[in-house]
Amino acid sequence: MKPTELVVISGKGGTGKTSLVAAFATLAAECVLADCDVDASNLHLIHHSELVLREPFSGRVRASIDPDRCTDCGICEAMCRFDAILPTGGNGSSMAFHPTVNPHLCEGCGVCAWFCPEKAIDLYDGEDGHVLLSKTRCGPMVHARLGVAGENSGKLVGLVREQARELATMRELDTILIDGSPGIGCPVIASLTGADMALIVTEPSVSGMHDLKRIAELADGFGIPTLVAVNRWDVNPQLADEIETLAKEQGLEFAGRIRYDNAFSRAQLEGKSVLDIESNGLADDIRQVWSVIHARLDGMNQPEAL
Amino acid sequence: MKLAIASGKGGAGKTMVATNLAWTAAQQGVKTAFLDCDVEEPNAALFLKPDIENVIPVHVPKPVINQDVCTHCGLCSDICRYNALAVLSDKVLLFNELCHSCGGCVHVCPEHAIHEEPRLVGHIDAGHAGALKVCTGVLKVGEAIAPPVVKAVKQQAGDETLTILDSPPGTACPAVETVRDADFVLFVAEATPFGRHDLALAIDLAQALKRPFAVMLNRADLDHGETRRWCEENGFRVLAEIDEDRRIAEKCSSGELVVDALPDYREVFTKLLEDVVAAAEITTNERVQG
Repeated sequence: MKPTELVVISGKGGTGKTSLVAAFATLAAECVLADCDVDASNLHLIHHSELVLREPFSGRVRASIDPDRCTDCGICEAMCRFDAILPTGGNGSSMAFHPTVNPHLCEGCGVCAWFCPEKAIDLYDGEDGHVLLSKTRCGPMVHARLGVAGENSGKLVGLVREQARELATMRELDTILIDGSPGIGCPVIASLTGADMALIVTEPSVSGMHDLKRIAELADGFGIPTLVAVNRWDVNPQLADEIETLAKEQGLEFAGRIRYDNAFSRAQLEGKSVLDIESNGLADDIRQVWSVIHARLDGMNQPEAL
Repeated sequence: MKLAIASGKGGAGKTMVATNLAWTAAQQGVKTAFLDCDVEEPNAALFLKPDIENVIPVHVPKPVINQDVCTHCGLCSDICRYNALAVLSDKVLLFNELCHSCGGCVHVCPEHAIHEEPRLVGHIDAGHAGALKVCTGVLKVGEAIAPPVVKAVKQQAGDETLTILDSPPGTACPAVETVRDADFVLFVAEATPFGRHDLALAIDLAQALKRPFAVMLNRADLDHGETRRWCEENGFRVLAEIDEDRRIAEKCSSGELVVDALPDYREVFTKLLEDVVAAAEITTNERVQG
């Protein structure tokens, strides 16, 4: 049976996605964890994970100019749409009598290599990061590390998801918990593609509200059931109410509220899940939200009645 | 001077710091522009509340295929490394969201059957909050590629003395596009293990792009000075610290500027502005002389 994939997203960063995913993982029976926040992944910090496997990832190719063959005709520079080719002397070095490629700006389109009359430009696989597999006490975790200015975070997210799916099938685990990234761009779109359910974790602030509308619109385009949870609701109870109303108006299911408590930060400092440390009602809030999600997941995991 | 306010982790307080710095500068009479480059989730305008004077559309070039002239030779699909073009026996299919607008297909087509037309991917809200110029980049929902909108926002910089760029979180292409030509980067980091982990990644990025930088610690008392010591040990300059304060969370939640709502923080931002401008000037001079 295909595992059920729950993706946790937020639009705005720092609303508590990762801490909640870690807490849900301890509450779920057994699951596969997938950290798809590939350019700032943190889930491994909570779960005392033990690295098992590390595979290099290439997002796309980069161009490199062979100084021996280059005649400095300038065609590559003129055709590059990404300002990635520095003209002769452009890198500040008087030694280079040919153009050079800035690998951080090169998007690997290959147009320069195709049109170079001297065939002086080679394309090589960029080193854009690693896909990692770790063991945690809650089950296996697939995560990644995008390299510095690494390209194609969307493709890396896709790889993480694929490996998580393979693992879940192999070990007969029926749930994949996905920690998404902030924003609405390519890594988020890649996290939502093919997921079965989304949970938006928001906060009661003008920013949280603004971003919730955008991420909900994006999730709506994928036509999957979407739930909303409000973290730190008591920082602004009035806005928390408004978010609950907004969520319901937009046809999103409201999964509950979680109170403001620096237990999240304390848990991080101790390298623990927030459920493992003393807090004032916070753990109950999280269990309550999880029970709503769990019921929905269970419904999905049941084979449809004939 | 172009000052980028960035962070690895989301929600570290970038927008809070960027808006309050810009507001402080503008109130001192410094001609300042604020460019919100966090185009996926732009929030600064919620705090600065500018009057929008202009809505500027952002387009990217997209190929348009003249199916009458096309001979289905397949070269356009060969050159496209993003799989945005599929050549069938009787037509060419274009997948807009995969296209990076590199222009390869236009140049390679032997029949000149491909030209480019603008495709809307976002817009910029341009206006003023008092004397402060505020430009907000907004990526259209459903669009995957943010850098063209970031680039367009950056072009709104004029002859201001100070330009503050509010960067997207992370270390991927939208953040690279924001900080790559900044004169100075101020990283806002939470003093937590997540914050420190992501700050390290963001600093790697600044170093790879050869950008001078300093750090500002938010919720600085959370880890009992561990992140500060880590910065000191690694030679990263910490310009300011703000401790955990629920009042800030509450004021920010309703869209208020800290320097307006909590006067006791005015001094912190005034001093931070002075220090960051001084640090940026020193590194700029060093580069000019070096």
